Amino acid sequence: MTRELHLSVALGSAGPRPAAHWTGLVQLAELGALDFVTLDDSLDPADGDGRLDAVAVLAHAAARTSRIGLIPTVTTTHTEPFHTSTALATLDFVSEGRAGWLVDVSITEEAARATGRRDPAPAPELWAEASDAAEVAARLWDSWEDDAEIRDAATGRFIDRDRLHYADFEGPRFSVRGPSIVPRPPQGRPPVAVVLDAQEIDIRWELAARHAEIVLLDADSPAAAREARTELRRRAGRDDLRVLVRVGLAPHAGPPLTGGLDALPDLLAEWHAEAGTDGFHLVTTTPTEELPAVIHDVVPALRAGGLFRATHTGRTLRDHLGLARPDSRYAVRTEAAL
Amino acid sequence: MSASTPAGRKQIHLAAHFPGVNSTTVWRDPDSRSQIDFSSFQHLARTAERGRFDFFFLAEGLRLRERKGRIHDLDVVGRPESLTVLNALAAVTEHLGLAATVNATFNEPFELARRFASLDHLSGGRAAWNIVTSSDAFTGENFRRGGYLDRADRYTRAAEFVEVARALWDSWPSGGTPRTVRHSGPHFDITARATLPHSPQVHPVLIQAGDSDEGREFAARTADIVFSRHGTLEAGRAFHADVKGRLARYGRTPDQLKIMPAATVVLGDSEADAQERAAHIRRQQVSPQTAIATLENVWGRDLTGYDPDGPLPDVEPVPDGELAQGWAHMSDRFGIAARWRALAEEKHLSIRELAIELTARQSFIGTPGSVAAAMDEHVRTDAADGFILVPHLTPGGLDEFVDQVVPLLQERGVLRTEYQGATLRDHLGLGRPEPRPEESA
Ligand SMILES: Cc1cc2nc3c(=O)[nH]c(=O)nc-3n(C[C@H](O)[C@H](O)[C@H](O)COP(=O)(O)O)c2cc1C
Repeated sequence: MTRELHLSVALGSAGPRPAAHWTGLVQLAELGALDFVTLDDSLDPADGDGRLDAVAVLAHAAARTSRIGLIPTVTTTHTEPFHTSTALATLDFVSEGRAGWLVDVSITEEAARATGRRDPAPAPELWAEASDAAEVAARLWDSWEDDAEIRDAATGRFIDRDRLHYADFEGPRFSVRGPSIVPRPPQGRPPVAVVLDAQEIDIRWELAARHAEIVLLDADSPAAAREARTELRRRAGRDDLRVLVRVGLAPHAGPPLTGGLDALPDLLAEWHAEAGTDGFHLVTTTPTEELPAVIHDVVPALRAGGLFRATHTGRTLRDHLGLARPDSRYAVRTEAAL
Repeated sequence: MSASTPAGRKQIHLAAHFPGVNSTTVWRDPDSRSQIDFSSFQHLARTAERGRFDFFFLAEGLRLRERKGRIHDLDVVGRPESLTVLNALAAVTEHLGLAATVNATFNEPFELARRFASLDHLSGGRAAWNIVTSSDAFTGENFRRGGYLDRADRYTRAAEFVEVARALWDSWPSGGTPRTVRHSGPHFDITARATLPHSPQVHPVLIQAGDSDEGREFAARTADIVFSRHGTLEAGRAFHADVKGRLARYGRTPDQLKIMPAATVVLGDSEADAQERAAHIRRQQVSPQTAIATLENVWGRDLTGYDPDGPLPDVEPVPDGELAQGWAHMSDRFGIAARWRALAEEKHLSIRELAIELTARQSFIGTPGSVAAAMDEHVRTDAADGFILVPHLTPGGLDEFVDQVVPLLQERGVLRTEYQGATLRDHLGLGRPEPRPEESA
């Protein structure tokens, strides 16, 4: 049987259109049974139209959809890690287990001056900090064990505080005590995603190896993609890592599409067979034009080739990607100590 | 004008508080459901919208409370992040205002202004921000700045925070081009262009909760709504007069600031029935363990050996006994303990009965008819402009009120039967804020 591929779409960043516009796009992606959508974001002053907060847009869409994964970009440079962690846990609650997190940093002078808290810093420093933010988020998501709420009338206790844990993170840029104010989210930990370039092994790869379960990969050949995936899994020392190759849908928007949308199904099938990667992340520039074509033309063609599912078979983003729900690290430790 | 119908009845503004982290919620009740699942938030919000409420309200706490160095485990714990829940609720409601409590100490203006503008865009103009200033080193341990602010600095930071946020909200007029906001002050030094054009309300409705002189002054200058604790007729009227009296100083009129105390409602078939239900609820809210904990917060020492149904402890408080973290700070332990002793003696109260008495807030207890009449009286006589209702059950705690009291308020002509406008400002009769033409932060 053919190995199924994972398919997702990047909607760009959210201009200030009515909520129904963005929700409509997410619903369309859900109709195609895609694994997830991503929505870009940044704290840079916007050009053109402006830009809505990505977590906000996807939280809104969450209430009007039921299956598709929702992965907003949240940058770590100027945002409190505690707030990032609680917002994403909440997105996981309101979507009943469909949230992820696309980690990014903010290197621009403009964003630094808009926030006014610190000077711009070099990229390696910011990515090291992003890695710390991902670590803190994971600890906070784990800080409530799944069964911490006990509602024990006899003793008057709502929670078993022995199943709540301090995150106790201390790093060069911040420290966070914990526990979270939000209970453990439905997926345990919403999967972390990061964009990497196959040509350039940089500090981002460390974050990916340590924290990511989804890698969105820029690669200009199937061989390069295959190699990058092998290297990533080697560094990570685990195989719960899904590598999706980024495909620009507009001409010249990015690798590796050349033939227009008509040629896309064949091209994806070819890459999928040769690269051994897990699927594709289709990057739109005008989602209102490109997404309908993806859902109505590309997806059916892939299905006909036995490469893509007909409907969502699971409920959560982890289900779609075949990623197991992790145990709380603290729960594991408690048992080991017994 | 906007506050009255043609018949001249002063209108009641209502908000629904999702009962968060405190001992209000009777989690032992068989009808008590999840405090965290989205379905609970959706149920309460839709109930409030069915009752033609002005808005839905979420409180905030950024660190789990502790007692004796351990996490407090007697009350409901765990709540979602407010703005994210409200953005989701905006998709399943149409008219209801959506208010998030967000601390001005542990956030930055550029980022937060953008998050509120996003909620206002996505909800079509229904966003409100309850600006709180509570801060201490304990909560600060969850944040980059790590620290906290002295009492005196809290409201100066909050005021500067709101000034910068407003400059950002104002700086991109609809159909115009964004201006650059430059601000340099004691707390913030930023240069920024807004990421979003005007939201439907230009900026969210501003709510203030805080009771000190500085807090009231901040409200008079800045807020559209005050969330207060003063709900009884007498205390309400005094608070109302005081805060509204401060408005003229800022060129504002009394109807530009709505005073909405927290209140609870218990209904019954008769007055006696309602009183009995209320007493039962209060005993469930204040368990024996919670009663002891209430006293320990003031005494600053372990009191677990005392009988909750017996008299108050005969020992004195420990002056610096910091038993609890995350509660309001106790400055005068001996004074408080002395007052509590006197009260208990006068009314012959046990520890638990005293705790019940102390944690009481404005409560409308009675038949639907008497409750509707009492609420109307409070508003008519300027003890309040409306109420933020805090149900004791999640999420069905306002069902009875909406089914039984709301129609009576509507019959009285003091509560809308349909929403008239689209935005929360419309519901509150506040008008659109005038964006300031020049960059002024
Ligand atoms: C009715 C009321 C509700 C409040 N709700 C919150 C809240 O949800 N979160 C919070 O951090 N502080 C809350 N506070 C605390 C205030 O923000 C403020 O820090 C505190 O009242 C001290 O300020 P003050 O000295 O002006 O009273 C509330 C205060 C009042 C009076």
